[in-house]
Parts: sequence; C-alpha cells; structure tokens
Amino acid sequence: MTTNAIEAEGLVKHYPGDVTALDGLSFAVEEGTVFGLLGPNGAGKSTAVRIATTLARADSGSARVAGHDVSTEAAEVRHVIGVVAQRGGADREATARENLRLSGRLHGIPWRELDPRIDQLLERFGLGDSADRIVRGFSGGMERRLDVALALVHRPRVLFLDEPTTGLDPEVRADMWHEIEGLGRDEGITVLLTTHYLEEADRLAAALAIVDRGRVVATGSPDELKRELRGDAVHVELESEMNGARAGLDRLAGLRDISVDGRTLRARADDGARAVPAVLAALDSHGVAVASVTVARPSLDDVYLRYAGRTFGEADKDTGVAA
Amino acid sequence: MTALRHTGYMTTTHLRQLWRQPWWIAVTLVQPVIWLLLFGALFESVGDLPGFGSDSYIQFLAPGIVIMTAFISAGWTGMGLLEDLDRGVTDRLLASPISRPALLAGRVAQQSITMVIQSLIMVGIALLAGASFPNGPLGVAGLIGIAVLISAPFATLSLAFALVTRKEETLIATLTFLQLPLSFLSSTLIAAALMPSWMEKVANYNPVEWAVEAGRAAALGEGGFDVVVSRAGLLAAFLALSAWVALRALESYQRSL
Repeated sequence: MTTNAIEAEGLVKHYPGDVTALDGLSFAVEEGTVFGLLGPNGAGKSTAVRIATTLARADSGSARVAGHDVSTEAAEVRHVIGVVAQRGGADREATARENLRLSGRLHGIPWRELDPRIDQLLERFGLGDSADRIVRGFSGGMERRLDVALALVHRPRVLFLDEPTTGLDPEVRADMWHEIEGLGRDEGITVLLTTHYLEEADRLAAALAIVDRGRVVATGSPDELKRELRGDAVHVELESEMNGARAGLDRLAGLRDISVDGRTLRARADDGARAVPAVLAALDSHGVAVASVTVARPSLDDVYLRYAGRTFGEADKDTGVAA
Repeated sequence: MTALRHTGYMTTTHLRQLWRQPWWIAVTLVQPVIWLLLFGALFESVGDLPGFGSDSYIQFLAPGIVIMTAFISAGWTGMGLLEDLDRGVTDRLLASPISRPALLAGRVAQQSITMVIQSLIMVGIALLAGASFPNGPLGVAGLIGIAVLISAPFATLSLAFALVTRKEETLIATLTFLQLPLSFLSSTLIAAALMPSWMEKVANYNPVEWAVEAGRAAALGEGGFDVVVSRAGLLAAFLALSAWVALRALESYQRSL
C-alpha cells in the first residue's frame, strides 16, 4: 500500500476584496514522488503551498503533511518540511554558511552534525567557494541554489518548491531541474513543485494536478493527461477573424474539440497529417484564408486548454488574483 | 528554553549585521551629540533658572538625551523587519520551528545591546563636555538600564507596527509624527517644575517621562532611589504590554497570509 505524504481536501481560501484564491482544492501526493501543481499566475498554487507549510490557514478544508494536520499539528509539520518560497528568503546580509547554520540550529541539529552537513550541502550546490561570502553579492542562480540548500539542512521528508525556476536563465533553470530530479530519485524526499512552466511540469513531475481558479481541473501523470487527449493537435492561424466557418468544420470526420479564438483555430484529430487537407479545403470553401497550419503531438498546453477552457497563455495574462 | 535559545540565535544574527557596519552606530549618534553639545551650549544659562537641581545644564541634559536617543532609535527597529518581510525571510522563518516570540525578541535584544553601546559613548561625550555624574559608575549603569527599558518597548511596538502596516512610509511618517511630542511632553530638555501645568500633567502618562525621571534619578541622584524603582516598574509593565501587542500583531500578520 502506498502512503500519501501530502493530502489536501477541499481547501478554501478567500482574501479581502472578494478574492477567492482557493475554491475547494484537493490533491494527494504519494510519498517519495515529485508532484507538480501546474497553473497560471493567480491560479492559487502559492496559496496552497502557504497553507500546506503552516504559513497561512485555510478558511475551510484540511491538509495533512507527513501524517500531521497542518492546522492542529503545525509544530510537527514544521519539523519535517523544507520550503523554498517564490521570494526565496535567505538573509542577504549574512553569508551562505551563516544562513545555513541559523536554519540548522533552529531545527535543533547539534553542532557536531551540522557543520559537516553544511559543507556537504555547499559542495553539492556548487557554493563551496562562496560559502563565506555575503549573499547580497550572489547571482540569481546562486541565491536560488542557496534557498534550496537552506530548505534541505534538516533533511526534510517533504520539500515544497514554489516556482523554483521563475526568473532564472535557461541554463540555470536546466541545472535546477537536474537538482530537483536528483532529490526525488536519490533521497526519497517527497517534492511538491508549483510551476507555470508546462515543460517544467512535464519533465519533473511524476504526477500533477492542473489548477485553475483555485480548483484542480485534472490530475494524473503528464503522459496520462496527454493520452486522454487522443490524437494530434491541429493549430491553424487564419488571415482574418473567422465567422460561420465553424459549421462546415464540425461535420469533418476525424476532427474534434474545435475551438476558435480570434484568428486561431484549434482542433484535435486522430491523424493530424491526414486531416489537414480536409480542414484547408473546408476553410477555403468558406472563403477563409489560412496563414499557417501546425500539427503537433498533444502537449500539456492542450491538456490545460481542454480542462480549463482557455489556453495557458490567456490564463497567465489574466492576473487579477495574487499568485 | 527553546524560546531563549532561539532568541539567542536571532540576536547573534542581527548583531553580526551591525558588526559588519559599525559606522552605523556612529551615524545614529550624530543627532544626539548635536543635541547634547549644541543645545547644551545654546541653553547653558537655562540651568541658572530655579527648578534645576543640577550644577550645569549639560549635566541636566545628558541623561535626558540618552533616554531620548534610546526611544527614538528604538522606533526604527521595525525597518529591518520590513525588509525581511519584503524579502520573504520572515515567511521562511515562520515555516520553520522557530519560537514565535524569538522571531521578534531577537531584534529587540539587538536594539538593546546597541543602545548600551550608544549610551556609553554619549556618557563619555557628556563627561568630556563638562557634565558629571554624581552617582558614579553605578548611577550611569542605572541610567543605561533605564535606557534599555524605554528602548525595548518602543522597539517592540515598532515591530508590531511594521507587521500590521507593512509599509516603510507609514512607519517613517508615524515615527516622525511621534518623536517630538513625546520628547517635548517630558522633562528631557527642561525641568518639570518649569513646564506649564497642563503639560506636566500630560507628561505623567508619557513613558518617555518615566524613563527621563528614572534615568536622571539614577545618574544624578535627583528624586531618590524610589523614583528609579517605581518608574522602572511602570516601564516594565509598558514592555509587557508591548510584547503582548507585538505577538498579536504577528498572529494578525499570519492570518493575513
């Protein structure tokens, strides 16, 4: 039997000004896996992390982390979790080593164990040469690596990474991905990762929940989610906005899930390559000129469109709610 | 026990920050030294008025300036916390097993230790400027103890204020608004006997006045030992109240997350 390291059940959280950050969010994370909460800015991912890490309280619903209830056993939860928040949180006036020491001491690690542990972490995160430098002078990537090291000093059972690669250079991001993969694989730590990068969730998470407007709209492994979408994505850019043409397309064999948004038409087809000529012919017969056509294997973006009813890019632009 | 140990860690962390920029102590001393030397020289003849027990005005002024510096610089304690709040440092600590009071007490302790150093420097400057402290080193120690007792509650309230408002501008505006009235509604600069009677009555409820009376009594021997004890008691009660307010503010901060 597998056990869950994190269980969230019907979490609801409102903020003043009639903002609903979480609207009945539920998910479960199996022990020792990397789980992704994927969603655009403002979907409620960070709020979910704040509740699971005892920082914020849910208005209703419950969450358990490593078997402890986050609201009634907050102290126990804090001992077994590591948190890398979006804003980091290292003391920039102190050195990397001082930051790590403080964190270790607050977790009650004895000196004798702490110093070797810190050396090991500094080495592992490539900060060995900068251990005694003030964090203020660190690059973005170095500071992020220190944030992760800080969250690991006390060997947590569950690690929360809230948008760990946002704002990092592509190269640094790739390094960070490599580190995160290692955490789950080598150390058996359960990792909850929030991200609004589809490729990040695809690459790192064994299972994920797609979050939109404070609710989970789909769960599964990235492959399962993509498989559910049977067939290829057909993406047509039109020369002008389309009206009326859809009626003709609806009748085309093999084309499903058709949606039109301005000059963009999306649909699914069992065999994308074969469907294209028919689509072009149908559009042509309605007098709609086509700028480009793409056929792609399903991506998480398509999954998101299917469950959230809008594309990821649209949802991300719509940042009316705090992340 | 945990709370004390954690307060120790946090105090060390904050003190190290100060240790890395010791010139900061000098910068914050510029204003009080100006008060002490220029104001002291300008109003030298005020000391000749009846109502001043001391031999010279600067001697009367010195304990007052020590107290004034204590409560004014303590007011800025919230600024460091605001930066931590902004950078996510506070949130990271709140998700760790840190004792909640320690999160705030570390800053208050750092401020108190800074205050002791600053007070010693000011006493030294006052001595050079011709003041004397009739009660000797023990009296000066009493004065510094009182300075810590007025510094701690103001530092604590500043932290509470920072947690609730979370805006530097609001903290700066509130402090500049409060500093002068609290200073002038006390016998910091002038003997209580020479204040208008309504002001003297108001001053009785001003914690700064409690500290000035106690500090002066300790250092100069004016008013006697019971003034030191009774005012110190009032200040301790004020500190306890401030601590209660600050812990409520920390809870309200967390509720807002």
